[in-house]
Amino acid sequence: MSIKVTKPGLLTSIQDFGRTGYAQYGVPQSGVMDRYAAKIANLLVGNTEYEAVMEITLMGPSLEFQEEMLVALVGLEAAVTLNDEKIRLLKPLEVNDGDVLQIKQVTKGTRLYLAVKGGFLTEEKLESRSMYEPITRSGQLKKVDELKVAEYKVAKAKAFAHIKFEAEKYEPSQLEVFPGPEFNNLPEELKGELLTKKFSVSKDNSRMAYQLEEKLENELQPILTQPVLPGTVQFTPAGNLIILMRDAQTTGGYPRIFQLTEESINLLVQKKQGDSVEFQLKEY
Amino acid sequence: MKFEKPTIQPLGKQAILLSWEENIDENLLYHLLQLKKHIQHYYTKVKVEVINTYNSLLVNYVSTIKNIYGEISVLEKLMDSPQKDTALQFYQFTLPVCYDQKFGLDLEELSKQNQLGISEIIQLHTQPNYTIFFTGFLPGFLYLGGLDKKLHISRKKSPRLKVEKGAVGIGEKQTGIYPQISAGGWQLIGNCPVPIFDVNQEKPSPFQAGDKLKFEAVNLEDYETIQQEVKQGTYQLKKEMYEH
Repeated sequence: MSIKVTKPGLLTSIQDFGRTGYAQYGVPQSGVMDRYAAKIANLLVGNTEYEAVMEITLMGPSLEFQEEMLVALVGLEAAVTLNDEKIRLLKPLEVNDGDVLQIKQVTKGTRLYLAVKGGFLTEEKLESRSMYEPITRSGQLKKVDELKVAEYKVAKAKAFAHIKFEAEKYEPSQLEVFPGPEFNNLPEELKGELLTKKFSVSKDNSRMAYQLEEKLENELQPILTQPVLPGTVQFTPAGNLIILMRDAQTTGGYPRIFQLTEESINLLVQKKQGDSVEFQLKEY
Repeated sequence: MKFEKPTIQPLGKQAILLSWEENIDENLLYHLLQLKKHIQHYYTKVKVEVINTYNSLLVNYVSTIKNIYGEISVLEKLMDSPQKDTALQFYQFTLPVCYDQKFGLDLEELSKQNQLGISEIIQLHTQPNYTIFFTGFLPGFLYLGGLDKKLHISRKKSPRLKVEKGAVGIGEKQTGIYPQISAGGWQLIGNCPVPIFDVNQEKPSPFQAGDKLKFEAVNLEDYETIQQEVKQGTYQLKKEMYEH
């Protein structure tokens, strides 16, 4: 079974829940940016939560199904057609051989997840199907790609229709953070500023990191190269705040002032350039 | 050797960080690697990933830790419990490097700035037995300790957009090999024809923290021969047991 990619879209990739056990080789975790939305997409077609899904960013792909399949699209809002007819997100959908799905634009949020019953059987490297160049051949889908899908017993769409996607989770602008290892090296005044200021997402936002637009004066010394994780907030000598994302390097030399909660990572990755965010400190 | 106790703190809800005072020190490295092994031995039933840097260990539990303070005290107890220090096995590697002008794009710059002859640079770079502290920055990029002070040089003012795979460079006090084509600001002095990271191997890199690495100068002709051998799969990486 397979799906043909007739138009790849801006940044479309296959992602699962990433690589573990390879950070010792400097390999990023990768995996879906929004784990919550990806899980719901999988559940809607009756998969386990962690199956590989298609991650669609802003401008989506055009896909042609080569067999009968059960699929689901999860995200905030998007203009999507199936054989030129508008369809709704968040519902399991039976498609037939030759059907064309066009994901024109993500109109609310930034990322959309397409799950297919049985899951994608694309290239697996270092125990994961998450696309990340040069671990996988390419970091994103190309026009010629034909995506293999696992065989499965025919399942009816309505069997999984009770799964609920809580869109209100994405409303807040507050990102919940724990203090990072270098947080207490910051002067009190700066701590206060960091926790009250409104920031905005800059144009430099990618699967590797989200940089915030506003700068603050930083007098912290650079640190010796240290471990970092997705969700680590780095404070550069130039005063920029960089929030590391799923494709982040495994080590970094900038002070780590915050660590986002998993929920806040999911929230942030649905924000686009210009959206406002604030930090809300949490205790462990 | 005695070491201070580390600061132990969570880094998010899935990981715990152990940090010692900032120091680039081989003795500290072997201390960390022993603890790392000790922690890995303790967690055999749960999936735990432990990585080290110069002065830290990150214990990543991959999923949410139910009781963070409980886990921290487990780690504290592990610090104090006796450890077998015989179990660690390290290797001595030798990698060929061609210091020809074709690859050594910044040899002249380094020669001018540090007032060294090209042959002197090669001699100083192939002399030390480098210590692999950890891998980071890019998949397979080795953080090496032991670069001769005479070779320290600042990074290029603006980084190159494309540095070749295998390029050997120097940035400040560090030397290293670019495992893949990437952008990079280090001063380039040569190229290593042996790939140091291969995603198609079960273990994508033969190198691990604590191993030793020497560079061996080869001429352009040998470089090409080795490149052919690598292609044909007949190249034998120079590797032997290393007693720490």
